[in-house]
Amino acid sequence: MTASSISEGRAPKLRLDGLSHEFRTAGGAPPVKAIENISIDVAPGSFVSLIGQSGCGKSTLFNIMAGLLQPTAGRVVLDGEDITGRAGLVSYMLQKDLLLPWRTILDNVVFGLEIQGVDRREARAVAEPLMERYGLGRFKKHYPAALSGGMRQRAALLRTLLCNNDVILLDEPFAALDAQTRFRMQQWLLTLWRDFGRTVLFVTHDVDEAIFLSDEICVLSPRPGRIADRFHVTLPRPRGRDVVTAPEFIHAKERCLDLLFSGGEPAESEAA
Amino acid sequence: MTERLIDMSNDTIIAAESTRESAKPNAASPAAGLRRRPRRTGVVITRETPWRRGTVWLLQIVIAVAVIGGWELATRIGLIDPFFWSSPSRIYGAFMITLEEGTLFTDTWFTFEATIIGFLLGSALGAVIGLSLWWSINAAAVVQPYIVVFNAVPKIALGPLLILIFGIGIGSKIALAVAFTAVITAIAAYAGVRAVDDDLVKLTLSLGGRRRDVFFKIVVPSAMPWITSSLNINIGLALAGAIAGEFISSQYGLGKIIMYAGSTYDMAMIWVGIIILALLAIVLYGAVNWLERKFTRGQNIKTI
Repeated sequence: MTASSISEGRAPKLRLDGLSHEFRTAGGAPPVKAIENISIDVAPGSFVSLIGQSGCGKSTLFNIMAGLLQPTAGRVVLDGEDITGRAGLVSYMLQKDLLLPWRTILDNVVFGLEIQGVDRREARAVAEPLMERYGLGRFKKHYPAALSGGMRQRAALLRTLLCNNDVILLDEPFAALDAQTRFRMQQWLLTLWRDFGRTVLFVTHDVDEAIFLSDEICVLSPRPGRIADRFHVTLPRPRGRDVVTAPEFIHAKERCLDLLFSGGEPAESEAA
Repeated sequence: MTERLIDMSNDTIIAAESTRESAKPNAASPAAGLRRRPRRTGVVITRETPWRRGTVWLLQIVIAVAVIGGWELATRIGLIDPFFWSSPSRIYGAFMITLEEGTLFTDTWFTFEATIIGFLLGSALGAVIGLSLWWSINAAAVVQPYIVVFNAVPKIALGPLLILIFGIGIGSKIALAVAFTAVITAIAAYAGVRAVDDDLVKLTLSLGGRRRDVFFKIVVPSAMPWITSSLNINIGLALAGAIAGEFISSQYGLGKIIMYAGSTYDMAMIWVGIIILALLAIVLYGAVNWLERKFTRGQNIKTI
Protein backbone atom coordinates (compact mmCIF):
# COMPACT_ATOMS: atom_id res chain seq x y z
CA MET A 1 0.00 0.00 0.00
CA THR A 2 0.90 3.66 -0.16
CA ALA A 3 1.52 3.64 3.56
CA SER A 4 5.27 3.51 2.89
CA SER A 5 6.96 5.75 5.37
CA ILE A 6 7.49 9.33 4.32
CA SER A 7 9.18 10.09 7.60
CA GLU A 8 12.63 9.20 6.28
CA GLY A 9 13.66 7.00 9.12
CA ARG A 10 12.08 9.02 11.95
CA ALA A 11 9.12 7.56 13.81
CA PRO A 12 5.91 9.08 12.48
CA LYS A 13 4.12 11.62 14.67
CA LEU A 14 0.74 10.47 13.48
CA ARG A 15 -0.09 7.24 11.70
CA LEU A 16 -3.40 6.49 10.07
CA ASP A 17 -3.63 2.77 9.74
CA GLY A 18 -6.17 1.38 7.27
CA LEU A 19 -8.99 3.76 8.18
CA SER A 20 -12.38 2.97 6.67
CA HIS A 21 -15.78 4.35 7.50
CA GLU A 22 -19.28 3.51 6.40
CA PHE A 23 -22.37 5.53 7.19
CA ARG A 24 -25.45 3.46 7.85
CA THR A 25 -28.44 4.85 6.02
CA ALA A 26 -32.03 4.79 7.14
CA GLY A 27 -34.50 2.35 5.65
CA GLY A 28 -32.22 -0.63 5.10
CA ALA A 29 -30.36 0.86 2.12
CA PRO A 30 -26.77 -0.36 1.76
CA PRO A 31 -24.32 1.65 3.89
CA VAL A 32 -22.44 4.49 2.21
CA LYS A 33 -18.68 4.15 2.18
CA ALA A 34 -17.16 7.53 3.02
CA ILE A 35 -13.51 6.53 3.15
CA GLU A 36 -11.75 3.27 2.41
CA ASN A 37 -8.46 1.98 3.68
CA ILE A 38 -6.64 5.23 4.24
CA SER A 39 -3.13 4.87 5.59
CA ILE A 40 -0.76 7.78 6.00
CA ASP A 41 2.34 8.35 8.08
CA VAL A 42 2.93 11.94 9.03
CA ALA A 43 6.45 12.98 10.03
CA PRO A 44 6.85 15.18 13.11
CA GLY A 45 6.73 18.89 12.29
CA SER A 46 5.67 18.38 8.70
CA PHE A 47 2.90 20.16 6.82
CA VAL A 48 0.69 17.73 4.93
CA SER A 49 -2.22 18.78 2.74
CA LEU A 50 -5.14 16.63 1.71
CA ILE A 51 -6.88 17.68 -1.46
CA GLY A 52 -9.89 16.20 -3.14
CA GLN A 53 -13.26 17.03 -4.58
CA SER A 54 -16.18 17.62 -2.28
CA GLY A 55 -17.59 14.37 -1.02
CA CYS A 56 -14.24 12.61 -0.86
CA GLY A 57 -14.62 12.02 2.87
CA LYS A 58 -12.15 14.66 4.09
CA SER A 59 -14.40 15.77 6.89
CA THR A 60 -15.11 12.19 7.91
CA LEU A 61 -11.40 11.53 8.02
CA PHE A 62 -10.80 14.61 10.18
CA ASN A 63 -13.64 13.73 12.53
CA ILE A 64 -12.06 10.31 13.01
CA MET A 65 -8.61 11.80 13.64
CA ALA A 66 -10.09 14.26 16.14
CA GLY A 67 -11.74 11.39 17.98
CA LEU A 68 -15.27 12.62 17.30
CA LEU A 69 -16.16 9.62 15.17
CA GLN A 70 -15.37 5.95 15.64
CA PRO A 71 -14.13 4.48 12.33
CA THR A 72 -15.64 1.26 11.00
CA ALA A 73 -12.12 -0.13 10.64
CA GLY A 74 -8.55 1.02 11.21
CA ARG A 75 -6.59 2.90 13.85
CA VAL A 76 -5.29 6.37 14.57
CA VAL A 77 -1.87 6.23 16.21
CA LEU A 78 -0.26 9.25 17.85
CA ASP A 79 3.35 8.87 19.03
CA GLY A 80 2.96 5.09 18.88
CA GLU A 81 -0.18 5.10 21.03
CA ASP A 82 -3.56 4.07 19.72
CA ILE A 83 -5.90 7.08 20.15
CA THR A 84 -8.78 5.88 17.98
CA GLY A 85 -12.05 7.35 19.24
CA ARG A 86 -10.40 9.57 21.87
CA ALA A 87 -10.98 13.30 21.61
CA GLY A 88 -8.83 16.15 22.88
CA LEU A 89 -5.42 14.82 21.80
CA VAL A 90 -5.38 16.37 18.35
CA SER A 91 -6.50 19.98 17.75
CA TYR A 92 -9.13 20.56 15.13
CA MET A 93 -10.08 23.79 13.42
CA LEU A 94 -13.05 24.05 11.12
CA GLN A 95 -13.82 26.34 8.20
CA LYS A 96 -16.15 28.37 10.38
CA ASP A 97 -14.14 30.30 12.95
CA LEU A 98 -16.49 29.12 15.74
CA LEU A 99 -15.60 31.96 18.06
CA LEU A 100 -17.99 32.16 20.99
CA PRO A 101 -19.95 35.39 20.40
CA TRP A 102 -20.39 36.05 24.14
CA ARG A 103 -16.64 36.02 24.84
CA THR A 104 -14.05 38.66 24.02
CA ILE A 105 -11.33 37.70 21.56
CA LEU A 106 -8.87 37.17 24.41
CA ASP A 107 -11.27 34.84 26.21
CA ASN A 108 -11.94 33.03 22.95
CA VAL A 109 -8.23 32.49 22.37
CA VAL A 110 -7.83 30.92 25.83
CA PHE A 111 -10.95 28.75 25.44
CA GLY A 112 -8.96 25.65 24.48
CA LEU A 113 -6.61 25.99 27.44
CA GLU A 114 -9.59 26.53 29.71
CA ILE A 115 -11.22 23.31 28.51
CA GLN A 116 -7.94 21.55 29.23
CA GLY A 117 -8.23 22.68 32.81
CA VAL A 118 -5.93 25.72 32.85
CA ASP A 119 -7.07 28.56 35.10
CA ARG A 120 -8.50 31.35 32.98
CA ARG A 121 -6.28 34.01 34.47
CA GLU A 122 -3.11 32.00 33.84
CA ALA A 123 -4.26 31.18 30.33
CA ARG A 124 -4.79 34.88 29.64
CA ALA A 125 -1.27 35.64 30.80
CA VAL A 126 0.06 33.11 28.27
CA ALA A 127 -2.19 34.28 25.45
CA GLU A 128 -1.76 38.04 25.73
CA PRO A 129 1.87 38.31 24.56
CA LEU A 130 1.12 35.89 21.72
CA MET A 131 -1.83 37.98 20.61
CA GLU A 132 0.43 41.03 20.59
CA ARG A 133 3.08 39.23 18.58
CA TYR A 134 0.70 37.81 15.99
CA GLY A 135 -1.26 40.95 15.24
CA LEU A 136 -4.31 40.48 17.44
CA GLY A 137 -3.29 42.73 20.33
CA ARG A 138 -5.62 45.53 19.31
CA PHE A 139 -8.66 43.24 19.42
CA LYS A 140 -8.21 41.62 22.83
CA LYS A 141 -11.22 43.31 24.39
CA HIS A 142 -13.43 43.18 21.27
CA TYR A 143 -16.27 40.76 20.72
CA PRO A 144 -15.99 38.56 17.62
CA ALA A 145 -18.85 40.34 15.84
CA ALA A 146 -16.67 43.45 15.58
CA LEU A 147 -13.86 41.68 13.70
CA SER A 148 -13.26 40.99 10.01
CA GLY A 149 -13.29 37.42 8.71
CA GLY A 150 -9.49 37.30 8.52
CA MET A 151 -9.02 38.50 12.08
CA ARG A 152 -11.60 36.04 13.35
CA GLN A 153 -9.76 33.20 11.62
CA ARG A 154 -6.51 34.37 13.18
CA ALA A 155 -8.09 34.25 16.61
CA ALA A 156 -9.49 30.78 15.91
CA LEU A 157 -6.11 29.57 14.69
CA LEU A 158 -4.32 30.98 17.70
CA ARG A 159 -6.84 29.23 19.96
CA THR A 160 -6.10 25.97 18.12
CA LEU A 161 -2.35 26.42 18.43
CA LEU A 162 -2.51 27.31 22.11
CA CYS A 163 -3.93 23.92 23.07
CA ASN A 164 -0.78 22.02 23.69
CA ASN A 165 -1.40 19.36 21.05
CA ASP A 166 1.43 18.51 18.65
CA VAL A 167 -0.88 17.74 15.76
CA ILE A 168 -3.38 20.23 14.40
CA LEU A 169 -6.03 19.56 11.79
CA LEU A 170 -7.14 22.49 9.67
CA ASP A 171 -10.28 21.92 7.64
CA GLU A 172 -10.34 24.53 4.84
CA PRO A 173 -9.69 27.35 7.29
CA PHE A 174 -9.32 30.02 4.59
CA ALA A 175 -12.08 28.94 2.22
CA ALA A 176 -14.42 31.77 3.21
CA LEU A 177 -11.83 34.54 2.85
CA ASP A 178 -11.18 36.80 -0.12
CA ALA A 179 -8.06 36.19 -2.20
CA GLN A 180 -5.83 38.91 -0.70
CA THR A 181 -6.74 38.10 2.86
CA ARG A 182 -6.22 34.44 2.13
CA PHE A 183 -2.70 35.00 0.83
CA ARG A 184 -1.81 37.01 3.95
CA MET A 185 -3.33 34.33 6.14
CA GLN A 186 -1.34 31.60 4.41
CA GLN A 187 1.91 33.41 5.14
CA TRP A 188 0.78 34.08 8.68
CA LEU A 189 -0.01 30.38 9.11
CA LEU A 190 3.48 29.44 7.88
CA THR A 191 5.01 31.86 10.38
CA LEU A 192 3.06 30.27 13.22
CA TRP A 193 3.85 26.77 11.98
CA ARG A 194 7.56 27.61 11.97
CA ASP A 195 7.41 29.28 15.41
CA PHE A 196 5.36 26.60 17.12
CA GLY A 197 6.85 23.55 15.38
CA ARG A 198 3.54 21.72 15.14
CA THR A 199 2.58 18.96 12.75
CA VAL A 200 -0.17 20.23 10.46
CA LEU A 201 -2.75 18.35 8.41
CA PHE A 202 -4.50 20.73 6.10
CA VAL A 203 -7.59 20.10 3.99
CA THR A 204 -8.24 22.32 0.98
CA HIS A 205 -9.96 22.47 -2.38
CA ASP A 206 -7.34 24.85 -3.64
CA VAL A 207 -4.41 23.14 -5.36
CA ASP A 208 -2.26 26.29 -5.36
CA GLU A 209 -2.80 26.72 -1.64
CA ALA A 210 -1.85 23.11 -0.98
CA ILE A 211 1.38 23.32 -2.96
CA PHE A 212 2.31 26.71 -1.56
CA LEU A 213 1.95 25.54 2.04
CA SER A 214 2.88 21.88 2.12
CA ASP A 215 5.80 19.52 2.49
CA GLU A 216 3.64 16.75 1.20
CA ILE A 217 0.35 16.42 -0.64
CA CYS A 218 -2.17 13.59 -0.55
CA VAL A 219 -4.78 13.55 -3.29
CA LEU A 220 -7.99 11.79 -2.33
CA SER A 221 -10.28 10.09 -4.81
CA PRO A 222 -14.00 10.80 -4.61
CA ARG A 223 -16.48 8.50 -2.86
CA PRO A 224 -15.27 6.41 -1.23
CA GLY A 225 -12.23 8.49 -0.33
CA ARG A 226 -8.99 6.69 -1.02
CA ILE A 227 -5.47 7.96 -1.41
CA ALA A 228 -5.07 8.39 -5.14
CA ASP A 229 -1.63 9.91 -5.08
CA ARG A 230 0.86 11.46 -2.71
CA PHE A 231 4.10 13.28 -3.26
CA HIS A 232 6.56 15.66 -1.63
CA VAL A 233 6.87 19.32 -2.46
CA THR A 234 10.56 20.13 -2.16
CA LEU A 235 10.35 23.83 -3.04
CA PRO A 236 12.67 25.69 -0.67
CA ARG A 237 11.20 27.68 2.19
CA PRO A 238 10.39 30.44 2.84
CA ARG A 239 8.31 30.50 -0.31
CA GLY A 240 7.47 33.85 -1.83
CA ARG A 241 4.62 34.84 -4.04
CA ASP A 242 6.73 34.11 -7.13
CA VAL A 243 6.95 30.43 -6.25
CA VAL A 244 3.85 29.81 -8.37
CA THR A 245 5.93 30.17 -11.54
CA ALA A 246 8.64 27.71 -10.49
CA PRO A 247 8.78 24.60 -12.71
CA GLU A 248 8.30 22.30 -9.75
CA PHE A 249 5.21 24.19 -8.67
CA ILE A 250 3.69 23.91 -12.14
CA HIS A 251 4.58 20.26 -12.38
CA ALA A 252 2.97 19.53 -8.99
CA LYS A 253 -0.10 21.50 -9.97
CA GLU A 254 -0.51 19.55 -13.20
CA ARG A 255 -0.16 16.31 -11.31
CA CYS A 256 -2.92 17.29 -8.86
CA LEU A 257 -5.27 18.71 -11.45
CA ASP A 258 -4.89 15.62 -13.65
CA LEU A 259 -6.04 13.47 -10.78
CA LEU A 260 -8.81 15.77 -9.66
CA PHE A 261 -10.32 16.48 -13.04
CA SER A 262 -9.53 13.40 -15.14
CA GLY A 263 -13.20 12.51 -14.73
CA GLY A 264 -14.61 9.06 -14.16
CA GLU A 265 -12.72 7.21 -11.47
CA PRO A 266 -9.16 8.43 -11.40
CA ALA A 267 -8.52 6.62 -8.17
CA GLU A 268 -8.95 3.09 -9.44
CA SER A 269 -5.79 2.89 -11.50
CA GLU A 270 -3.70 5.29 -9.45
CA ALA A 271 -4.05 3.70 -6.04
CA ALA A 272 -0.80 1.81 -6.05
CA MET B 1 -37.15 13.67 -44.46
CA THR B 2 -39.44 13.35 -41.49
CA GLU B 3 -37.06 15.41 -39.39
CA ARG B 4 -37.08 18.20 -41.88
CA LEU B 5 -40.82 18.13 -42.02
CA ILE B 6 -41.10 18.51 -38.29
CA ASP B 7 -38.55 21.29 -38.33
CA MET B 8 -40.44 23.12 -40.97
CA SER B 9 -43.74 22.82 -39.19
CA ASN B 10 -42.12 24.18 -36.02
CA ASP B 11 -40.77 27.10 -37.95
CA THR B 12 -44.16 27.94 -39.29
CA ILE B 13 -45.71 27.88 -35.84
CA ILE B 14 -43.05 30.16 -34.43
CA ALA B 15 -43.40 32.48 -37.38
CA ALA B 16 -47.12 32.61 -36.98
CA GLU B 17 -46.83 33.44 -33.28
CA SER B 18 -44.32 36.19 -33.81
CA THR B 19 -46.53 37.89 -36.34
CA ARG B 20 -49.41 37.81 -33.91
CA GLU B 21 -47.20 39.09 -31.09
CA SER B 22 -45.72 41.87 -33.18
CA ALA B 23 -49.00 43.68 -33.05
CA LYS B 24 -48.48 44.29 -29.32
CA PRO B 25 -45.66 46.37 -27.84
CA ASN B 26 -42.50 44.57 -26.61
CA ALA B 27 -43.27 41.40 -28.48
CA ALA B 28 -39.69 40.21 -28.03
CA SER B 29 -39.87 40.16 -24.21
CA PRO B 30 -40.71 36.80 -22.64
CA ALA B 31 -43.27 38.44 -20.35
CA ALA B 32 -44.88 40.28 -23.22
CA GLY B 33 -48.19 38.42 -23.08
CA LEU B 34 -48.79 39.11 -19.37
CA ARG B 35 -51.31 41.68 -18.33
CA ARG B 36 -49.92 44.36 -16.07
CA ARG B 37 -50.74 47.76 -14.69
CA PRO B 38 -49.82 50.48 -17.14
CA ARG B 39 -46.73 51.95 -15.54
CA ARG B 40 -43.99 53.42 -17.63
CA THR B 41 -42.38 55.97 -15.35
CA GLY B 42 -40.72 53.66 -12.81
CA VAL B 43 -41.37 53.92 -9.08
CA VAL B 44 -40.20 56.78 -6.94
CA ILE B 45 -39.38 55.42 -3.48
CA THR B 46 -40.61 57.70 -0.74
CA ARG B 47 -39.15 57.54 2.71
CA GLU B 48 -40.28 59.30 5.88
CA THR B 49 -37.69 61.63 7.32
CA PRO B 50 -37.32 60.97 11.07
CA TRP B 51 -38.33 63.87 13.33
CA ARG B 52 -36.06 65.31 15.94
CA ARG B 53 -36.32 63.76 19.38
CA GLY B 54 -37.68 66.95 20.91
CA THR B 55 -40.47 67.08 18.34
CA VAL B 56 -41.51 63.50 19.19
CA TRP B 57 -41.51 64.25 22.91
CA LEU B 58 -43.46 67.44 22.41
CA LEU B 59 -46.13 65.60 20.44
CA GLN B 60 -46.34 62.90 23.09
CA ILE B 61 -46.90 65.54 25.78
CA VAL B 62 -49.47 67.30 23.62
CA ILE B 63 -51.42 64.05 23.23
CA ALA B 64 -51.35 63.36 26.99
CA VAL B 65 -52.49 66.91 27.79
CA ALA B 66 -55.23 66.74 25.15
CA VAL B 67 -56.58 63.41 26.45
CA ILE B 68 -56.55 64.48 30.11
CA GLY B 69 -57.86 67.97 29.35
CA GLY B 70 -60.54 66.67 27.00
CA TRP B 71 -61.63 64.12 29.57
CA GLU B 72 -61.90 66.73 32.30
CA LEU B 73 -63.73 69.14 30.00
CA ALA B 74 -66.15 66.49 28.76
CA THR B 75 -67.18 65.62 32.31
CA ARG B 76 -67.53 69.33 33.25
CA ILE B 77 -69.87 70.13 30.36
CA GLY B 78 -71.78 66.87 30.91
CA LEU B 79 -70.73 65.17 27.69
CA ILE B 80 -69.80 62.00 29.59
CA ASP B 81 -71.08 60.75 32.94
CA PRO B 82 -68.41 61.18 35.65
CA PHE B 83 -70.08 58.49 37.74
CA PHE B 84 -68.87 55.81 35.31
CA TRP B 85 -65.89 57.54 33.74
CA SER B 86 -64.65 59.58 36.70
CA SER B 87 -62.48 62.56 35.79
CA PRO B 88 -58.84 63.62 36.16
CA SER B 89 -59.65 66.01 39.01
CA ARG B 90 -61.56 63.30 40.93
CA ILE B 91 -58.73 60.81 40.34
CA TYR B 92 -56.24 63.36 41.69
CA GLY B 93 -58.46 63.87 44.73
CA ALA B 94 -58.67 60.13 45.39
CA PHE B 95 -54.92 59.87 44.96
CA MET B 96 -54.31 62.58 47.57
CA ILE B 97 -56.65 60.85 50.04
CA THR B 98 -54.87 57.49 49.76
CA LEU B 99 -51.57 59.32 50.06
CA GLU B 100 -52.73 60.94 53.34
CA GLU B 101 -54.02 57.64 54.65
CA GLY B 102 -50.64 56.12 53.79
CA THR B 103 -52.11 52.88 52.47
CA LEU B 104 -51.06 53.44 48.87
CA PHE B 105 -47.39 52.84 49.55
CA THR B 106 -48.09 49.64 51.51
CA ASP B 107 -50.30 48.30 48.74
CA THR B 108 -47.88 49.21 45.98
CA TRP B 109 -45.00 47.63 47.88
CA PHE B 110 -47.02 44.45 48.44
CA THR B 111 -47.72 44.06 44.72
CA PHE B 112 -44.14 44.99 43.85
CA GLU B 113 -42.71 42.42 46.24
CA ALA B 114 -45.00 39.62 45.07
CA THR B 115 -44.23 40.44 41.43
CA ILE B 116 -40.45 40.58 41.84
CA ILE B 117 -40.18 37.43 43.94
CA GLY B 118 -42.58 35.54 41.66
CA PHE B 119 -40.75 36.79 38.58
CA LEU B 120 -37.33 35.75 39.87
CA LEU B 121 -38.45 32.36 41.18
CA GLY B 122 -40.56 31.58 38.12
CA SER B 123 -37.93 32.62 35.59
CA ALA B 124 -35.17 30.77 37.45
CA LEU B 125 -37.28 27.63 37.78
CA GLY B 126 -38.22 27.81 34.10
CA ALA B 127 -34.61 28.33 33.03
CA VAL B 128 -33.45 25.36 35.11
CA ILE B 129 -36.16 23.12 33.65
CA GLY B 130 -35.56 24.24 30.05
CA LEU B 131 -31.77 24.01 30.24
CA SER B 132 -31.77 20.68 32.05
CA LEU B 133 -33.62 19.13 29.12
CA TRP B 134 -30.31 19.37 27.23
CA TRP B 135 -28.80 16.58 29.32
CA SER B 136 -30.96 13.85 27.88
CA ILE B 137 -32.91 13.86 24.64
CA ASN B 138 -34.98 11.00 26.03
CA ALA B 139 -35.93 12.85 29.20
CA ALA B 140 -36.83 15.84 27.04
CA ALA B 141 -39.08 13.70 24.86
CA VAL B 142 -40.85 12.35 27.95
CA VAL B 143 -41.35 15.76 29.59
CA GLN B 144 -42.32 17.74 26.50
CA PRO B 145 -46.09 17.00 26.39
CA TYR B 146 -46.43 17.96 30.07
CA ILE B 147 -44.84 21.32 29.37
CA VAL B 148 -47.14 21.87 26.39
CA VAL B 149 -50.22 21.03 28.49
CA PHE B 150 -49.15 23.26 31.37
CA ASN B 151 -48.47 26.05 28.91
CA ALA B 152 -51.95 25.70 27.42
CA VAL B 153 -53.82 25.70 30.73
CA PRO B 154 -54.93 29.23 31.72
CA LYS B 155 -52.87 29.66 34.86
CA ILE B 156 -55.45 31.94 36.42
CA ALA B 157 -57.63 28.83 36.87
CA LEU B 158 -55.06 27.70 39.44
CA GLY B 159 -55.76 30.84 41.50
CA PRO B 160 -58.39 29.52 43.93
CA LEU B 161 -56.35 26.35 44.43
CA LEU B 162 -53.12 28.22 45.16
CA ILE B 163 -54.89 30.57 47.57
CA LEU B 164 -56.25 27.62 49.51
CA ILE B 165 -52.80 26.03 49.64
CA PHE B 166 -50.65 29.12 50.31
CA GLY B 167 -53.16 31.29 52.19
CA ILE B 168 -54.38 34.81 51.46
CA GLY B 169 -50.98 36.36 52.22
CA ILE B 170 -48.13 37.11 49.82
CA GLY B 171 -47.31 33.39 49.38
CA SER B 172 -50.26 32.69 47.09
CA LYS B 173 -49.54 35.81 44.99
CA ILE B 174 -45.95 34.69 44.52
CA ALA B 175 -47.13 31.17 43.65
CA LEU B 176 -49.46 32.53 40.97
CA ALA B 177 -46.74 34.75 39.53
CA VAL B 178 -44.46 31.67 39.39
CA ALA B 179 -47.19 29.66 37.64
CA PHE B 180 -47.63 32.46 35.10
CA THR B 181 -43.92 32.80 34.30
CA ALA B 182 -42.13 29.46 34.73
CA VAL B 183 -43.43 27.75 31.58
CA ILE B 184 -42.63 30.73 29.39
CA THR B 185 -38.96 30.67 30.37
CA ALA B 186 -38.84 26.85 30.27
CA ILE B 187 -40.05 26.84 26.67
CA ALA B 188 -37.73 29.70 25.69
CA ALA B 189 -34.72 28.05 27.35
CA TYR B 190 -35.46 24.73 25.68
CA ALA B 191 -35.74 26.47 22.29
CA GLY B 192 -32.35 28.05 23.02
CA VAL B 193 -30.91 24.66 23.91
CA ARG B 194 -32.10 23.16 20.65
CA ALA B 195 -30.65 26.07 18.68
CA VAL B 196 -27.12 25.56 20.04
CA ASP B 197 -24.65 25.38 17.16
CA ASP B 198 -23.58 21.73 16.85
CA ASP B 199 -20.19 22.84 15.59
CA LEU B 200 -19.53 24.69 18.85
CA VAL B 201 -20.31 21.48 20.70
CA LYS B 202 -18.02 19.60 18.32
CA LEU B 203 -15.27 22.17 18.90
CA THR B 204 -15.51 21.81 22.66
CA LEU B 205 -15.46 18.03 22.46
CA SER B 206 -12.51 18.04 20.05
CA LEU B 207 -10.61 20.14 22.59
CA GLY B 208 -11.14 17.35 25.09
CA GLY B 209 -14.14 18.93 26.84
CA ARG B 210 -16.65 16.86 28.74
CA ARG B 211 -20.44 17.19 28.72
CA ARG B 212 -20.19 19.41 31.79
CA ASP B 213 -17.92 21.81 29.88
CA VAL B 214 -20.26 21.81 26.90
CA PHE B 215 -23.20 22.57 29.17
CA PHE B 216 -21.72 25.40 31.18
CA LYS B 217 -19.47 26.96 28.55
CA ILE B 218 -21.57 26.52 25.40
CA VAL B 219 -25.20 25.57 26.09
CA VAL B 220 -25.95 27.97 28.94
CA PRO B 221 -24.36 31.06 27.38
CA SER B 222 -25.85 30.45 23.94
CA ALA B 223 -29.33 29.89 25.40
CA MET B 224 -28.99 33.10 27.44
CA PRO B 225 -30.49 35.44 24.81
CA TRP B 226 -33.53 33.16 24.58
CA ILE B 227 -33.92 33.15 28.35
CA THR B 228 -33.51 36.89 28.73
CA SER B 229 -35.94 37.58 25.89
CA SER B 230 -38.56 35.64 27.86
CA LEU B 231 -37.95 37.94 30.85
CA ASN B 232 -39.53 40.85 29.00
CA ILE B 233 -42.74 38.88 28.71
CA ASN B 234 -42.40 37.45 32.20
CA ILE B 235 -42.28 40.75 34.04
CA GLY B 236 -45.72 41.61 32.68
CA LEU B 237 -46.99 38.10 33.42
CA ALA B 238 -45.64 38.13 36.98
CA LEU B 239 -47.47 41.40 37.57
CA ALA B 240 -50.64 39.87 36.09
CA GLY B 241 -50.22 36.82 38.35
CA ALA B 242 -49.80 38.93 41.48
CA ILE B 243 -52.81 41.11 40.58
CA ALA B 244 -54.93 38.05 39.78
CA GLY B 245 -54.11 36.63 43.21
CA GLU B 246 -55.03 39.95 44.84
CA PHE B 247 -58.32 40.01 42.92
CA ILE B 248 -59.32 36.62 44.27
CA SER B 249 -58.48 37.22 47.89
CA SER B 250 -56.07 39.59 49.56
CA GLN B 251 -55.67 42.09 52.35
CA TYR B 252 -53.16 44.27 50.48
CA GLY B 253 -52.04 45.13 47.00
CA LEU B 254 -53.00 47.27 44.03
CA GLY B 255 -55.25 44.44 42.84
CA LYS B 256 -57.12 44.60 46.12
CA ILE B 257 -57.50 48.41 45.80
CA ILE B 258 -58.96 48.06 42.30
CA MET B 259 -61.27 45.18 43.28
CA TYR B 260 -62.47 46.94 46.45
CA ALA B 261 -63.01 50.25 44.64
CA GLY B 262 -64.92 48.45 41.92
CA SER B 263 -67.30 46.82 44.37
CA THR B 264 -68.01 50.22 45.97
CA TYR B 265 -68.42 52.08 42.64
CA ASP B 266 -65.39 54.23 43.45
CA MET B 267 -64.28 54.84 39.85
CA ALA B 268 -61.62 57.42 40.75
CA MET B 269 -59.98 54.88 43.06
CA ILE B 270 -59.95 52.24 40.31
CA TRP B 271 -58.09 54.72 38.12
CA VAL B 272 -55.58 55.45 40.88
CA GLY B 273 -54.88 51.72 41.06
CA ILE B 274 -54.52 51.40 37.30
CA ILE B 275 -52.20 54.41 37.02
CA ILE B 276 -49.93 53.24 39.84
CA LEU B 277 -49.89 49.79 38.23
CA ALA B 278 -48.85 51.30 34.91
CA LEU B 279 -46.03 53.24 36.58
CA LEU B 280 -44.90 50.08 38.40
CA ALA B 281 -44.93 48.16 35.10
CA ILE B 282 -42.79 50.82 33.41
CA VAL B 283 -40.20 50.71 36.21
CA LEU B 284 -40.04 46.89 36.17
CA TYR B 285 -39.88 46.74 32.39
CA GLY B 286 -37.03 49.23 32.32
CA ALA B 287 -35.10 47.27 34.93
CA VAL B 288 -35.51 44.00 33.00
CA ASN B 289 -34.41 45.61 29.74
CA TRP B 290 -31.30 46.87 31.44
CA LEU B 291 -30.58 43.40 32.83
CA GLU B 292 -31.12 41.84 29.43
CA ARG B 293 -28.57 44.11 27.79
CA LYS B 294 -26.12 43.30 30.56
CA PHE B 295 -26.48 39.54 30.18
CA THR B 296 -26.27 39.28 26.42
CA ARG B 297 -23.13 41.19 25.58
CA GLY B 298 -21.76 40.19 22.20
CA GLN B 299 -24.96 38.49 21.14
CA ASN B 300 -27.35 40.67 19.24
CA ILE B 301 -30.77 39.11 19.34
CA LYS B 302 -33.35 41.82 19.05
CA THR B 303 -36.46 41.75 21.18
CA ILE B 304 -39.33 44.17 21.42
